[in-house]
Amino acid sequence: MRADLEIVSSLVPPGARVLDLGCGSGDLLERLATKGCRGTGVEIDPDAFLASVARGVAVLSLDLDAQLDAFADDSYDVVVLSVTLQTTRRPRQVMAEMARIAPSSVLSVPNFAYWRHRSELLLSGRMPVSAELPYPWYQTPNIHLSTLPDTEALVDDVGLQVDTRILLDEQHRPLRRQRVAGNLRAARAVYTLVRRP
Amino acid sequence: MSIGYVETQRVVLATRDDPLGLASGRSLDHVEVAYETYGRLNAARDNAIVVCHALTGDAHAAGHHGDPRRRGWWDNIIGPGRPLDTGRFFVVSANLLGGCQGTTGPSSIDPSTGEPYAMDFPLLAVSDFVTTHRRLVRHLGIERVHAVVGGSLGGMQALSWALEAPHEVESAVVVAASSRLSAQNIAFSAVAREAIMRDENFCDGRYHGTGRSPDVGLAVARMMAHITYLSEAAMTAKFGRRFQGSDAPRFGFGVDFQVESYLRHQGESFLSRFDALSYLYLSRALDYYDPFGEPAAPEQLRALAEAGRRVLVLSFDSDWRFDTGHSLVIARTLEHAGVPVTFREVSSPTGHDSFLLPVPEYHAVVAAFLGALRAR
Repeated sequence: MRADLEIVSSLVPPGARVLDLGCGSGDLLERLATKGCRGTGVEIDPDAFLASVARGVAVLSLDLDAQLDAFADDSYDVVVLSVTLQTTRRPRQVMAEMARIAPSSVLSVPNFAYWRHRSELLLSGRMPVSAELPYPWYQTPNIHLSTLPDTEALVDDVGLQVDTRILLDEQHRPLRRQRVAGNLRAARAVYTLVRRP
Repeated sequence: MSIGYVETQRVVLATRDDPLGLASGRSLDHVEVAYETYGRLNAARDNAIVVCHALTGDAHAAGHHGDPRRRGWWDNIIGPGRPLDTGRFFVVSANLLGGCQGTTGPSSIDPSTGEPYAMDFPLLAVSDFVTTHRRLVRHLGIERVHAVVGGSLGGMQALSWALEAPHEVESAVVVAASSRLSAQNIAFSAVAREAIMRDENFCDGRYHGTGRSPDVGLAVARMMAHITYLSEAAMTAKFGRRFQGSDAPRFGFGVDFQVESYLRHQGESFLSRFDALSYLYLSRALDYYDPFGEPAAPEQLRALAEAGRRVLVLSFDSDWRFDTGHSLVIARTLEHAGVPVTFREVSSPTGHDSFLLPVPEYHAVVAAFLGALRAR
């Protein structure tokens, strides 16, 4: 199990109804099932979809950008979007749909303002290629990159607010000091989001 | 691996003392059903899979009746090691009520008159097919089936069975189906029926015993329907604009292009295995099918969700008869109701008929779905 999925899993309350957007092979949902959660996945990749089906996960192959209307208002307790927002064509709409489908969300995103990305851009003058963002610009699926303040501005824009924020290093372990220069030191962040009252 | 020799069996499932009540309010005093089984029912009687056929199918889904080259219509998915694995599952396949391949239908004898029912046969609904299948399964000593599986009209039966009797099914596999035909779908059915009913040998349906039968109408209906089962790309690949038995056009109104010859053959060969009255009754059941629009639907969906029954919905990207939009309506309605649903549009160039073909991704998903349920 990926270290970041452990963290996501720990943020989902036991017994919750969970919608995992971009569920991959169903690792998270299978783990959450041991906590009594009832889950549904969305996965478009054929091999990952098949792996989820073989595990007995209910999984739908849908386009996150256009087909989240398949899910009713408040039909889940938690929506999970793990390192996927940056691959969508319309991140704002995806976030708004998440806010509609469940009262709370778990969102994890790579941080474009991570110091390694900044230094690569500054020193070599070229688009960063890193463990977190491993593709050259012309064939990356990560088409909507953002920094942590950028992500948080979108969260605010769709009527959500940050409940908790966990900053991760390149190995996806929590940073030792969470409050110091997060937008520089974090390779990735995991948020729990709730609707703004 | 393929199944070997099989025989179609017959059983009487309704009598005067125990008639079959229909959705229309009418009932049938005598219903006989033709069916086949493959594999073995286990001691717990919980490994049964019911296969539902489409508009013109029959009970003979797998294996052969003596000539190993002539195999059942879904032989490629049923057998040891195949997605409907007869090493694990007991597969049941029955001819539909209203059909003409051994099960009671409009061309059967009406016991009250001694004559074929013809158009006096009651109008049928998809739920009547399900009611009949449920009787068959009970007759076989099965209280709950592991899965109901079908494509096109067969998928509609699988969906309806889950909705009408969620306690009797663990899961449903709904392939290339629709929960509500579009105007275009109904239009195709309408033209097919017009071709049959306007044939001068239709005789208001009382053609049996007259030496006449609406062969022209039935063949034309089949030819037209067949076009809708294939994609344009599949027809182009198969026939292009090639000429039949010639490199050059003959310039006339006879069968000249290969596609014309193919369709004529499809129409002619259909006559030997299908009855015009069954075509009318079964296609009409499709037109009126609208399970989510029924007054009972909200309660049925709630019960299905509460029972936690799983539904697999699959479509094919080149299917324009029941395109992915139809499957999405089913998936979405079930998901909104809280039913655990799995959905995917499978890529296949062969149109609506893809559900009958061994498309690798499609078969892999069906096998994974049925196998995962079994493992739980």
